[in-house]
Amino acid sequence: MDFTVDGKRAFAYTAAHALDPAKRTALFVHGAGLDHSWWGLQSRWFGYHGWNVLAVDLPGHGRSGGPPIATVEAMADWVMRLLDAAGLGRAAVVGHSMGSLVAVECAARHAARVERIALLGAAYPMKVGDAFLEAAKKNETTAFDMSTIWGHAPQVPLGGNPNPGMWMYGDNLARLARLAPGVLHNDLLACHQYAGGEAGAAKTACPVLFILGNRDQMTAPRVAAGFAKAFKSAQTVLLPPSGHSMMAEAPDATLDALAAFLNQE
Amino acid sequence: MAGPKYPSFDTLALHAGHTPDATFGARAVPIYATTSYVFRDSEHAASLFNMERAGHVYSRISNPTVAVLEERVAALEGGVGAIATASGQAALHLVVATLLDAGSHIVASNSLYGGSHNLLGYTMRRFGIDTTFVDPRDVEGFRRALKDNTRLVFGETLGNPGLDVLDIPAVSKIAHEAGLPLLVDSTFTTPYLMKPFELGADLLYHSATKFLGGHGVAIGGVIVDSGRFDWEKSGKFPQLTAPYAGFHNMDFEEESGTRAFLLRARREGLRDFGACMAPMTAFQILQGIETLHLRMPRHVENARKVVAFLAAHPMVERVMYPEQPGHPDHELARRLLPRGCGAVFSFDMQGGRAAGKRFIETLRVFSHLANVGDAKSLVIHPASTTHYRMSDEDLKKAGVGAGTVRLSIGLEDAEDLIEDLGRALRAAQRATQAPKDGAKAPKAG
Repeated sequence: MDFTVDGKRAFAYTAAHALDPAKRTALFVHGAGLDHSWWGLQSRWFGYHGWNVLAVDLPGHGRSGGPPIATVEAMADWVMRLLDAAGLGRAAVVGHSMGSLVAVECAARHAARVERIALLGAAYPMKVGDAFLEAAKKNETTAFDMSTIWGHAPQVPLGGNPNPGMWMYGDNLARLARLAPGVLHNDLLACHQYAGGEAGAAKTACPVLFILGNRDQMTAPRVAAGFAKAFKSAQTVLLPPSGHSMMAEAPDATLDALAAFLNQE
Repeated sequence: MAGPKYPSFDTLALHAGHTPDATFGARAVPIYATTSYVFRDSEHAASLFNMERAGHVYSRISNPTVAVLEERVAALEGGVGAIATASGQAALHLVVATLLDAGSHIVASNSLYGGSHNLLGYTMRRFGIDTTFVDPRDVEGFRRALKDNTRLVFGETLGNPGLDVLDIPAVSKIAHEAGLPLLVDSTFTTPYLMKPFELGADLLYHSATKFLGGHGVAIGGVIVDSGRFDWEKSGKFPQLTAPYAGFHNMDFEEESGTRAFLLRARREGLRDFGACMAPMTAFQILQGIETLHLRMPRHVENARKVVAFLAAHPMVERVMYPEQPGHPDHELARRLLPRGCGAVFSFDMQGGRAAGKRFIETLRVFSHLANVGDAKSLVIHPASTTHYRMSDEDLKKAGVGAGTVRLSIGLEDAEDLIEDLGRALRAAQRATQAPKDGAKAPKAG
């Protein structure tokens, strides 16, 4: 569904449902260089199970107009303006990787509008290596390779995919290939420079869930464990076989964890 | 700092797409000979039908054994995913039926497998889909043939049977400038010899019956999508970018982005046309793929030896193999096919049909049949078989003459193949020198 935010096209997937202010809303925020369709199975499930769904394309990603937003804090403010444009008041915010930092900032900066946050593939600090940043800055395909290989569990290229017939590496690379130059670097730099994690966690009053891949090479669970301690209380679900891309690597377990958490009143 | 490394082609050929069986620990890919799959409960059933969870419902749509093959070929090609079909022809049909409606148009190379030429030139026209065939060596001809209703550009990586090398970078540029995808038939080259997506193609398919399977025991096809073509940006494919009443009003591109084409092809095309692959077939083709990286170099090595022999033989007028310096696509082949030009090629013999008939019937190691890409060496006379239904004019456009013989070079000892060909050529030569019918035959001895 198209919205207008800051005078520009802003897209959010709604699972082909009209939005109803009387329903609860699940708002999904993708990670660096990705878009709404990364949440395909999970967002669709919520749309067909009584929820408003807003799986956003951040500016400069997917169908939303650019340019990309430079900081995590500004991304969180943009997400709330999209919620305004959709005519919705509160939402449960589900974020993956960079999106998880956006979810934390949503909870910290707009507490009254965020009922709970689910943080997938999260870590803080979310530092990005120099080589990765440099390759992304130069729009080199090696940056796509790093995102793809580190973005999945090590066994992914040598194993089966829960989604019949799909090749996860190829899917990730194809998504990144569609990006405008500079967008991946923008996102990685936003993650790298984000310094509000501890303060954001301290300000977060709503329920918090971490969903982590036990074989995550991008945001290791041990780093996430430290971040989880910064919140007043946070639950954690560890997905043993999954890497960073748990929505594709362990789609059912990810959905089950999300559904159990979001359906809590 | 060195970047991370992908598994090599050889490793992917053996492992991609398959996790060893969790129940019994089977290392080989199990053959899931089942039509259907037990739901955990009603909610699970509903969520599978509505594409809220991953999994299998009915083997016409997907099957665990077939899915291993699909993922493995997608990995080898560098695509987002794949769909296995009942044959290579079913693969081409599924692409056309997914992307085109009645009233739309294809621009295709005229150097195609005869079956593909039939499908596009005759059968699809019955359903309102027209095709303009162009000379693949006249790259601008693709552009000139484009119409407002064109929705697909199509060619073979190596044309059949003249081995025209499709200039994929140039043709894909023309297609993309028109907002259209380029589909290539990659059967003759396999991902070992060429990666069409790296050159600009958007979709590809294989007759997996040929080199992928490699043993001549199973018929099958595989479509792979690069995921790189932006259907939304093109604006010419409402099949993928507008709600479809035939599948829950789904907008496939909105739903799945890079996977839009495969989603509709599977959820509509396999569901409604039903040309799916059987799990046993997928297993057999997987056995072939596990040695693709070993077989293809040997195919090429043998082909080069046979080409060298034929090119020097007085009975042979010309050998159509792009590695030959005189081949029109020699330079293009050096650029696009550095690992070799495959093992299927044609040559023209002196003596016309009579010589060709004697040649084929004298061969002992080569099998006379309608297939290519087998581990065994094969031979056929296209004008009377694979291209039989083509008019003389179309035959000429496709580079097929009355004396054209097509060989598919297998994995036998190359010296045995050359000896077999030499004997058959001598027999063909004698046939051309024999008295004509009605003349008195010389006495024996």
